[in-house]
Amino acid sequence: MSSVAREWREIPGRYNLKGTKCTNCGTVYFPSRHFCPKCRRAGIGKIEEYAVCRTGKVYTYSIVHEAPDCNDMQKPYAVAMVRTDDGVMISAQLVDVDLDKIEIGMSVRAVLRKLSTDGEAGIIRYGYKFVPMD
Amino acid sequence: MDVGIVSYGAYVPRFRIKPEEIGRIWGVDGKSMGKGLMIYQKSVPGPDEDVVTIATEAARYMMARVPEVDPSDIGAIYVGSESHPYAVKPTSTIVAEAIEATPAMTAADMEFACKAGTAGIQACMGLVGSGMIRYGVAIGADTSQGAPGDALEYSASAGGAAYLIGTEKIIARINKTLSFTTDTPDFWRREGQPYPLHGGRFTGEPAYFRHITSAAKMMFEAMGTKPEDYKYAVFHQPNGKFPTRVAAQLGFTPEQIEYGLLTPNIGNTYSGAVPLGLANVLDHAEPGDRIFVTSYGSGAGSDAFDITVTDEIKEYRRDNAPVLEKVMADPVYLDYGVYAKYKGKIVLAR
Repeated sequence: MSSVAREWREIPGRYNLKGTKCTNCGTVYFPSRHFCPKCRRAGIGKIEEYAVCRTGKVYTYSIVHEAPDCNDMQKPYAVAMVRTDDGVMISAQLVDVDLDKIEIGMSVRAVLRKLSTDGEAGIIRYGYKFVPMD
Repeated sequence: MDVGIVSYGAYVPRFRIKPEEIGRIWGVDGKSMGKGLMIYQKSVPGPDEDVVTIATEAARYMMARVPEVDPSDIGAIYVGSESHPYAVKPTSTIVAEAIEATPAMTAADMEFACKAGTAGIQACMGLVGSGMIRYGVAIGADTSQGAPGDALEYSASAGGAAYLIGTEKIIARINKTLSFTTDTPDFWRREGQPYPLHGGRFTGEPAYFRHITSAAKMMFEAMGTKPEDYKYAVFHQPNGKFPTRVAAQLGFTPEQIEYGLLTPNIGNTYSGAVPLGLANVLDHAEPGDRIFVTSYGSGAGSDAFDITVTDEIKEYRRDNAPVLEKVMADPVYLDYGVYAKYKGKIVLAR
């Protein structure tokens, strides 16, 4: 069983794409970082929460045929790198989409879906996946 | 002070299965079964969907339509369902986090068979009307279960709708709500059991029909109204047949229930059924339209609502989220094998 505390810490990012931004250099970090490796000491105290835009476009994608256990019920399925409308690159699963209709550049939006479960009795992890725009 | 609906959002998963496909597996004439139930297809949740994800999607649609509402002004979130993913651990807190309404709020999960969603609306009305909170969110959502081969398997489906209840800029005023409740064991699921059991024909007259007609008649009497005073009516819809019959018994016309009757196309979404039917009516409603709503939950009870659409609906940004017709368009049909896999009906080695 994985740490529930770690799962809990990741909730803002997983549910609502909350990252961080270094106000010193403007770099957005997703998943969030509380230290800016570009600014180093100059960035200390200047890291703010940043809500990444929930819409974007498929930058590139791949079809997964050999799935980890958590996605075994969904294979084959698509994973994509999505460039959000505010320019952040996010890797996630693409769902509710016909695999032969995925195109680079297609508009997508983030939804909340089940990511995995810790067996029959453990915690259920929820997080973002992307679906085609309506 | 008027209390009513400030916003709403509705979501149905994209997968469907037809009764003839279910009947094919069990050696039953599924097409006739579907015709008898007036269910021509039912929705199926994807393998990564459950009540949390369905409720969240509906709630996000609801919030998208009122960008001026600060989610931190939501004082209560109630999610009604009989298929909460956890037996202990609220669905409502996850939804609350996902719409950024936490932490200065209360939340709880509700369960009353198919009427837990409307029970949530009533609870929110009380809190909002008393001034305890500014906005309340009531959601009815289910990924309902029917035992393989049971009659319920032809109807039990998935979907949900969310309602923002408040007193400001209400698009639909709730003129009155009342309930009719008794101890009637027509349908139940014991703790730890995967599938519900039901009383067969007993779910009809002493259960569904008695409670709905009683609540409806109480509402007519309280408001001094008749069926013809309403533009639309929405009744709980475990199948297509029951609401059609109860509407006729009460004196409503087929036109009045047309928009509010979704079960023929998506199946019985349980706690989501009346909230979804009402959402489809609101998708089409104009100022001044009066709506009659009566839910039903086994066990048993009915909540009735008398609703009037206000002028605010003209300014309401309904297009900020997809309307139900769009949500339900372009479904993907499953065969029974994939359906069984998605619903977790196949015993796996791990």
